[in-house]
Amino acid sequence: MKTILKLTRYGAMNAVRSRWILGYTAFFFLTTEGLMRFGSDSGRTVVSLLNIVLLLIPLVSIVIGTMTVYMNRDFTELLLSQPIERGSLFAGQYLGLALPLVAAFVLGVGVPLLARAGEDGANIGVIVMLLATGKVLTLIFTALAMVVATRFDDRAFGLGAALLLWLMAAVVYDGLMLAMIWLLRDYPLEMPVLAMSIFNPIDLARTLVMLKFDVAALMGYTGAVFEKFFGTALGMSLAASALVFWLCLPFWAGKIVFEKKDF
Amino acid sequence: MIELRNITKRFGAHTVLNGLNLRFDAGSITAVLGPNGSGKTTLMKTILGLVRPDKGEVLFAGENVVGTSEYRKGVGYMPQIARFQDNLTARELVQMIRDVRENPSATREDELCERFHLTEHLDKPLHTLSGGTRQKVNAVLAFMFQPPILMLDEPTAGLDPISASSFKDVILSERNEGRTIVLTSHIMSEVQELADTIVFLLEGRVVFHGAATELLGRTGEKTLERAIARLLQESSSQRENTMRDNVIQETAQ
Repeated sequence: MKTILKLTRYGAMNAVRSRWILGYTAFFFLTTEGLMRFGSDSGRTVVSLLNIVLLLIPLVSIVIGTMTVYMNRDFTELLLSQPIERGSLFAGQYLGLALPLVAAFVLGVGVPLLARAGEDGANIGVIVMLLATGKVLTLIFTALAMVVATRFDDRAFGLGAALLLWLMAAVVYDGLMLAMIWLLRDYPLEMPVLAMSIFNPIDLARTLVMLKFDVAALMGYTGAVFEKFFGTALGMSLAASALVFWLCLPFWAGKIVFEKKDF
Repeated sequence: MIELRNITKRFGAHTVLNGLNLRFDAGSITAVLGPNGSGKTTLMKTILGLVRPDKGEVLFAGENVVGTSEYRKGVGYMPQIARFQDNLTARELVQMIRDVRENPSATREDELCERFHLTEHLDKPLHTLSGGTRQKVNAVLAFMFQPPILMLDEPTAGLDPISASSFKDVILSERNEGRTIVLTSHIMSEVQELADTIVFLLEGRVVFHGAATELLGRTGEKTLERAIARLLQESSSQRENTMRDNVIQETAQ
């Protein structure tokens, strides 16, 4: 555990001094500030931010994660020649990469949002949920990046696979879901759609934030079913478990690949 | 002392190391030579644990260390390419490696930094340092813990003649202190100057293992470069003969 913390510390020190993390923080800060200043109300700002968060965080986390792992390949070999367990090295490198990304998001989005939270009665619950899901999405997609970049030695192929994963989760999955809803429109689909939303972390994050708004009622019967489900202790714990599962699965898979890999 | 017993490693259909048996003794410098793709790097990486062999054992002080990490406290590795986490300074990198090795007391980074003229560069971010300076940082990381085993992959590549000469002096003094040193190099004059023993690999097999003088005597050449070229020629003509014999046998059948 000590080794993991040490590796995380140095990895994070390296990451926070890089230009891309400063740019990432500045982008979120300026976007949030801009939306807060020029948007009509904080509710809309959070919805606009939600759309940015749901698309951008997975994309940036998986692309920067994949590229960083590839760029650090030689340094990883140097660390592997030290008396460190492979599992600890994997965990340390993962946290050293993911935590600065989480911090950039929290600073860029969280600070301007929370600073004005009291001004116009914005819903603190929505902001907290937005920040929480943003953090978890960063952790999930950085872990996915670690799996892809460890599994594939070919950088172009690895980056392509990472982008494909993002596209599947952020765009294609929703398209398939819509197609299914349209094709089976004569059947009651609330429960299958609810189940499907759990199997995609981006959809799960979107659902959790949306239900914190008072807009669920506007979504008709489906919204009511979703609210009823996620409003219960069982629903929330199932959603939380699904996010934890999504966090653990790629981390565990990446660790296994890393432990067996020939460098 | 390190011993490899029947080490075999395949990458797909390609056998990179084919039943290698080797011993690297304390107080000696062994140069592992061979053409590109002969298995030199895989051999080094197998000893370091970066590559897991399909078969065989790596014995470190008599114990099989395949799949373990603790034995690497006794190993210093200097890779050919000096790439680090570039936003850290050289001093932070040295401290990082000290930290992950749990701050052993007897380290000599100050002396090595002085010797390699690195002291003035210690507080600069690593990405601002030249290739040669980064290679010196690599050398400090490998030597600072005074490990009994040193694995050096093309150690003088990228160093200017003065630094290379000073570095070779360090390698020789380490050998004289009883360390086991395994190195690869494409510079034959350097091998001739440093190596007590030569291991020549071809297609994952040991073609020659012995003293440099023995290799010169066996090939009748005056320089190591020519001796190695002769060895390669002999090996390829032997291989052609074997292939021809096989074809003749198959045709006869």
